[in-house]
Amino acid sequence: MSGTVADIPAASFPPARSTRAATRFLRHRLAVAGVVVVVLLIAACAIGPMLSPYGPLTIDLRRRFQAPLAGPHWLGSDQLGRDLLVRLLMAGRISLTVGFVAMGISTAVGVLVGLLAGFYRGWIGTALMRLVDAVLCFPSIFLLLTLAALVSPSLATITLIIALTAWMEVARVVQGQVIALRERDFAVAAEAIGASDGYIMLRELLPNIMAPIIVAATLNVARAILAESYISYLGYGIQPPTASWGNMLNNAQEYLESAPWLALLPGAVITLAVTSFNFIGDGLRDALDPRGDRSA
Amino acid sequence: MTDPLVRVRGLSKWYPLPRRGLFRPREQLRALDGVSFDIRRGEVLGLVGESGSGKTTVGRTLMRLTEPTRGTIQFRGQDITHLPRRELRPVRRHMQLVFQDPYGSLNPRMSVERILSTPLLVHEPALSPRQRRRRVEEALDLVGLFPGAADRYPHEFSGGQRQRIGIARALIAGPELLVADEPVSALDVSVQAQVVNLLLDLRARLGLTVLFVAHDLAVVGTISDRVAVMYLGRIVELADTAALFTGPRHPYTEALFSAVPTIDPAARRRRILLQGDVPSPVSPPSGCTFRTRCPYAQSRCADEPPDLREVSPGHWKACVRDDLALAAPISAPILQPTQAD
Repeated sequence: MSGTVADIPAASFPPARSTRAATRFLRHRLAVAGVVVVVLLIAACAIGPMLSPYGPLTIDLRRRFQAPLAGPHWLGSDQLGRDLLVRLLMAGRISLTVGFVAMGISTAVGVLVGLLAGFYRGWIGTALMRLVDAVLCFPSIFLLLTLAALVSPSLATITLIIALTAWMEVARVVQGQVIALRERDFAVAAEAIGASDGYIMLRELLPNIMAPIIVAATLNVARAILAESYISYLGYGIQPPTASWGNMLNNAQEYLESAPWLALLPGAVITLAVTSFNFIGDGLRDALDPRGDRSA
Repeated sequence: MTDPLVRVRGLSKWYPLPRRGLFRPREQLRALDGVSFDIRRGEVLGLVGESGSGKTTVGRTLMRLTEPTRGTIQFRGQDITHLPRRELRPVRRHMQLVFQDPYGSLNPRMSVERILSTPLLVHEPALSPRQRRRRVEEALDLVGLFPGAADRYPHEFSGGQRQRIGIARALIAGPELLVADEPVSALDVSVQAQVVNLLLDLRARLGLTVLFVAHDLAVVGTISDRVAVMYLGRIVELADTAALFTGPRHPYTEALFSAVPTIDPAARRRRILLQGDVPSPVSPPSGCTFRTRCPYAQSRCADEPPDLREVSPGHWKACVRDDLALAAPISAPILQPTQAD
C-alpha cells in the first residue's frame, strides 16, 4: 500500500500547500464565477427583502400580473399582486437554508458511516455498506416523495428527508479512502502506539480525506436545492404562503401562458444556484486533486 | 542467563485465500509456518531472508499488529498472544516499530510535534503541553534533529531525516523492544550508514533490544549480535553473527552469502546460483521447503520438515545434512572468536 508512485515526489513540494490549491482553484474560471454568484445570492437573500418596500405576503390586487420592468415591481408581480423579487429572495432564504443544512447533515452522516464501515471491515462494515447499497437502490425522487407524503411538511422535516437521501455518496467516498489509508504505515504506527480507534479515525485518517469530502459536500448543496425544488413543486414540500423556489414554480404553472415570468424567474434562479454549486464543486475537485499534492 | 525479552514459539500466520471453486477446499497462504526464536535482553537480532520469506510478518505478528494463526508470543515474561486490546495498550508502550518507508510512515497532515506527541498522549496523558513539548524536543535531539523540526511537516524533510523522526516516535515513550522493519533499505547508501550508526548508538545509550529485519546481509552483519535466516515462512538457521558468517550450516544461508559481492578479486568465491523460483507459500513442497532448489538435496529431504535443532552451542539449523562443508563469506581466523552468552 505504501510507497505508491504518487507518494514519491512528496519531498520536492514547497511548504505552501494551501496556496497552491488556492491558485489552482482561482485558475478555474467557472468555479470562481460560481463563488461570486453564490455569494451574491446569499447576500441578496439575506439583505434584499429588508430594503424592499414590499413584503413577501403583501397583497395588492390592483397590480396583479404586472410584467417585469413594466411597473413599480422590478421583476413583476403574481396573481395576488405580490412582489416577485421579494418573494424570490425570501424563497432563496428557505431554499438555500435547506440546501446548506441538508448538506451538513448528510455529510456528517456520510462521514460517520464511511469511517465506521471502512475502519471496521468484517460484519459491521459489510452491514453498513449493504445499507448504503439498499438506500441507493431506491430512485431517490420517489423515496423523497414517499417520505414527504408520510410526514407533515415543515422546513425541518423537508431538510431531514433530503439529508437522508443524500448521505450515501459521501459514505462511499469516505469508506474507500479509509480502507486505503488504514493500510498506510502511519495508521499502522498509530495502532502500534496503542492509540484508540476514535483517535486513529478522527485524527489520523479524517484530515487526509477532507478534500474528497469537501467536494462531495459542495455537490450535495446543489443536489439538495434541486431536491427541495422537486418536492415543493410537487406540493409535498414547503407549503404556501411561505415561498420556496420550488413552490413558486408550482404556483406559476397555471399562468404559464399569461404570465410566463412567474415560472421563468424562479426556474432561472434555481438553475443559477445549482450550476454555481456544481462549478464550485468541480473547481474544488481540480484544486484539491489528491494526485496534485498527495503527501503535502 | 536471564529470561529472554521475547520468546516466540511455533508462530504461524496463514492467510485464507478466496475460494476458487464451490467445492474446492479453501487454500491457505502460509506467510509464517512454525517460527520459534528468543530475543535476549539487550541484543540485536537480525532477521534476513528474501522478499516474501515472512520476515516483515514476524515483526508485525510479534507486535500483535496481525493476529497469529497459531503459536505463542511471550514478551517480558507475559503471554501476549491473546491479550485483548485494552490490556495490550500498556504493553505497546514497551514495543515499538520503525518502518521501511519513511514517506508513508509519517502522517502528512500532522506536524512533527503532533506525530511525536501521539505516543505521549496515549501512554502519558498526565503530561502538560509544555512538558510534552520538552519531551518532543528531547526526542528530536536524541535522533540528531534540531528542536525547531517539531513545528515542521513531514514533507519538509529528506528520507533520512524522516526516518530519524520515525525513530524518535518509536523511542519517545521509552520502549524496551524496537522492531526495525527494513529501516534503511529505502534510503541512499550514505544515509543508510548514518541511520545504522544512529540505531547502534541509541541501542548502546538506551539499552534497547532490537529485532532488525533486513535483506541486506552487510547491514545485518554490522548491526546484529545474532542472525536468523528465513526461507518461505520458516527459520532455517539461527546463530551468532560471527559464527554464521564464518561457518554457515544451512545450504540456503550459503547461497545467500555467495550472492553478496566482494571487493577482493583474490577472494573470488564460487557463486551458488539457485535454480528456479521460490515455491508458492500456498502449496509449499513436502518435507524441507528448500529442497526444490537445494544443490545438496537428497531423497529423504522430501519426507519430513526438518526441525530447527542446535548443532553446536547457540547455532541452530533446520537441515538434515550434517555432512556438508559449506563455503563461508569470511574465513574464520579474521574474526575474533566471540564469547558465547
